[in-house]
Amino acid sequence: MELIIGLILQGVQMLVVLALAPGLAGLVRKVKARLMRRRGAPVVQPYRDLMRLMRKDVVLAENASWLFRVSPYMIFAATWVAAALVPTFAIGLQFSWTADLIALVALLGSARFFLALAGMDAGTSFGGLGASREMMIGALAEPAMLLMVFTVALVAGSTQLSNVVTFVASDAVGIRVSMGLALVALIIVALAENARIPVDNPATHLELTMVHEAMVLEYSGRHLAMIELAASLKLLLYMALIGCIFVPWGIAPASAGAGGLALGALSFLAKLAVGGVMLAVFETSIAKMRVFRVPDFLGAALMLGLLGTLLLFVSRSL
Amino acid sequence: MIAAAASLAAGFLALSLVATGLRGRSWASVFVYGASAVLSLGLLGAGLVALVTGGAATHMTLPVGLPWLGAHLRLDALSAVFAAIIGLGGAAISAYAIGYGRQEHEPHRVLPFYPGFLGAMTMVVLAADAFTFLLSWETMSLLSWALVLTHHREQETRGAGYLYLVMAGFGTMVLLLAFGLMAGADGSYDFAAMRAVEHGPALAALVLGLTAVGAGSKAGLLPLHVWLPVAHPAAPSHVSALMSGVMTKVALYGFIRVAFDLLGPVPWWMSVPVIVTGAVTAVMGILFANVDGDAKRVLAYSTIENIGVIFAALGLALAFRANDMQTLAALALTAGLIHAMNHMLFKSLLFMVAGAVLNATGRHDLDGLGGLIHRMPKTAFLALVGVTAISALPPLNGFVSEWLLFQAILQSPQLSQPGLQFLVPAVGGLLALAAALAAACFVRFYGVIFLGRPRTDVAQEAVETDRWSLSAMAGLALLCGFAGIVPGLLVDLVAPAVERALGSRVPMQAGNHWFTLVPVANVQSSYSGFLVMVFVAISGGLSAWLVHRLASRRLRRAPAWDCGFPNADPVTQYGAGSFAQPIRRVMATVLAARETVTMPPPGDTKPARHTAHTEDLAWTRVYIPLIAFVGAAAARLNALQFLTIRRYLSLVFGSLILLLTGLTIWN
Repeated sequence: MELIIGLILQGVQMLVVLALAPGLAGLVRKVKARLMRRRGAPVVQPYRDLMRLMRKDVVLAENASWLFRVSPYMIFAATWVAAALVPTFAIGLQFSWTADLIALVALLGSARFFLALAGMDAGTSFGGLGASREMMIGALAEPAMLLMVFTVALVAGSTQLSNVVTFVASDAVGIRVSMGLALVALIIVALAENARIPVDNPATHLELTMVHEAMVLEYSGRHLAMIELAASLKLLLYMALIGCIFVPWGIAPASAGAGGLALGALSFLAKLAVGGVMLAVFETSIAKMRVFRVPDFLGAALMLGLLGTLLLFVSRSL
Repeated sequence: MIAAAASLAAGFLALSLVATGLRGRSWASVFVYGASAVLSLGLLGAGLVALVTGGAATHMTLPVGLPWLGAHLRLDALSAVFAAIIGLGGAAISAYAIGYGRQEHEPHRVLPFYPGFLGAMTMVVLAADAFTFLLSWETMSLLSWALVLTHHREQETRGAGYLYLVMAGFGTMVLLLAFGLMAGADGSYDFAAMRAVEHGPALAALVLGLTAVGAGSKAGLLPLHVWLPVAHPAAPSHVSALMSGVMTKVALYGFIRVAFDLLGPVPWWMSVPVIVTGAVTAVMGILFANVDGDAKRVLAYSTIENIGVIFAALGLALAFRANDMQTLAALALTAGLIHAMNHMLFKSLLFMVAGAVLNATGRHDLDGLGGLIHRMPKTAFLALVGVTAISALPPLNGFVSEWLLFQAILQSPQLSQPGLQFLVPAVGGLLALAAALAAACFVRFYGVIFLGRPRTDVAQEAVETDRWSLSAMAGLALLCGFAGIVPGLLVDLVAPAVERALGSRVPMQAGNHWFTLVPVANVQSSYSGFLVMVFVAISGGLSAWLVHRLASRRLRRAPAWDCGFPNADPVTQYGAGSFAQPIRRVMATVLAARETVTMPPPGDTKPARHTAHTEDLAWTRVYIPLIAFVGAAAARLNALQFLTIRRYLSLVFGSLILLLTGLTIWN
């Protein structure tokens, strides 16, 4: 019985992240539009876009290989599995021990790897441009992410997210400088990984500065839908990650009752909404960087991560 | 077991002699490679049996070699791990060579040396006295040198061979010093005697440093790596695979044998140079791989990276051991050993791929290839497995060893020295950088060779490689997947070796649910490659099925959109140089990267030129001055060749006086 409930909860988590992800993207777009005094598309627009793309024909470049057709599903699957392993409304789910934070980052790395390969497959200059820039950004974001993981693991004593949540939600933590630095580092990494302003512009088309959009330029129809869905899942994943590590309050503990789970779900929704609005405000208030300024931006995250770790060596209570 | 392993090594050497007599026979190549594959399988079996039965050491002494010493041979758990690596790598590469070797124009330049090279490597891991060890080590170096010179008519190959010979000689000489110091004044060259002696901390540090230099020069540690990216690619591809995939592991074995077995405890600060050199080697190696334009050289540079990662793990194990944290030392050493094994798997696979591409197209410059996924679909798929594994992506095997290493790094706060506490997280950052750069490097490698459109006619007309090569590659690719999905098996397999070296081991993994890896019992960090694979497969398959079932399955072909420039010339694709541009610019300082643009004056129709140039600072700053110095000194000493007999006699007399005076003062 316990096993069945565990499996159901894990299944619910997978469906919840999948169902909410386009909504989050829609919310961010809506708020951004309102901040620019535009009316903006409704929050449900991404769902409609996905349905529309799903129904359309795929127009495949003449030179595209099987890798190009398989990649969208690989990217989607890797991102979905990663998103399903981040605690959203409850911790200690059936399979939460499958992968720790490092494995989660690597899973997203797999998704990026296949996206970059797919970008190079059609044999166009834009695809290669996007792929090479994406790998450069990834190469700088990953060490920053790992140092952030390091800081968190030093505080919480584990890289397993469920353990981290339990520890941070307990009274033993208090306010720590190192966690603050780690938060800033993680936000910078999240912006870069999700191709948000100031690193990349998710709304851009036909611009030499674009990264993510250049890679997926040749995609259409259901393939594009899977990639867009994966992108919004990734955004949700990072928000859930920031939420569960730094504001874990409300998440239902392992073997919580129905009330605890409902509270967890409500608090997760609230966190997503707040995160989405904050992202929109942030993106509206700054400009996009030149591509070769991005290393400085990510270098800051790297330094903050390292600083957070070093502070902990100076004193475990910082 | 040692008798079996030793006779296999002897079998390899005998096969070499037989091969010498087979010159000109059409079946020589198939016979030699087939027999090598069988012998290698035997060696793999011997290694595995020794490990599974708990790794009890077996010993034998042969009445050859130095008269008062004999040749001591010993197969313990540590030797068995590396014997298994040599066996597995040798078997796969020999099977590949049955097909690949047919393309060789001058097989008599490869066949006599190839089995002997395998045999010499086997002897290195079996040797249990310094004389046998160094003799086998030097034989291994010389035979591989002969193999590097297979295509000796090319100027580049000759240069590579010379550089390799010099570096190999230097490495062996340094190792000789290290063993001499361990043996002491009485000259007890038996490993058992060295093990029994208590070495002082200063001596231990010196020996460790010398061993790191000696073994590191063979493995490709910075700054002794300069020969590797020229020598490994110069050899025929199956030999490159053997050198990069297997011989570097034998070099690692030399370091592990001395550092963890013969030497006894070393002071903690000696782990610092090992860790730092390892991490720097990892980052620099993969940076060079990222900017190089030659397929095989990219792979060779990536070997340097992986060796750096393994050395960092070994250094970490030394640091933990110096602090009496045997369990954590065991974790780091396990990570190192498993990474060595994994690297053998995927690097051999990728060199085989490079060889298959070379055979199919005749080119190994990345910019002359492209679009091979259409022409060589099977090779392309196997190459995809290889690049995914080497880029440390779950659920394949490369990720497992990196994950284990990161788990060890995360335990570094328990170290008691503040220096190490500060250092290790920074090293963790460097290793993460190396891993991410490896992904960038292999997207470029795979993307430029296999994806996109063909850049040359030969790439356009390539044909799939032969069945032997394909099955050897498929075997290694399967093992890459297998080792990634059930990593606990590997951890348990190398556990006897770790226990032998450190007296402690990583907790038993066999009983864990779903093949989950739980390396440190009380920390509860876990990773299950099996479940990750199952989840990704299910969710990917399910979503593909649902989409095709419920939404749309229609598809049509059209010219690529490319922002409105369809059917542009294939040279407008991103190539090796352009893909590397962002990383080359970001890392311009360490790569000494320069870009020059020459624009024709207005009105002139000459083409504008853009050239990018990077250099290896170790080569320009260390080696070139050193070579200049040696050359100048040799020119000066040259005068000594043309003296009169009187002057020679007075020189001899003078040195005799000098030596005797020195001896008197010493006494």
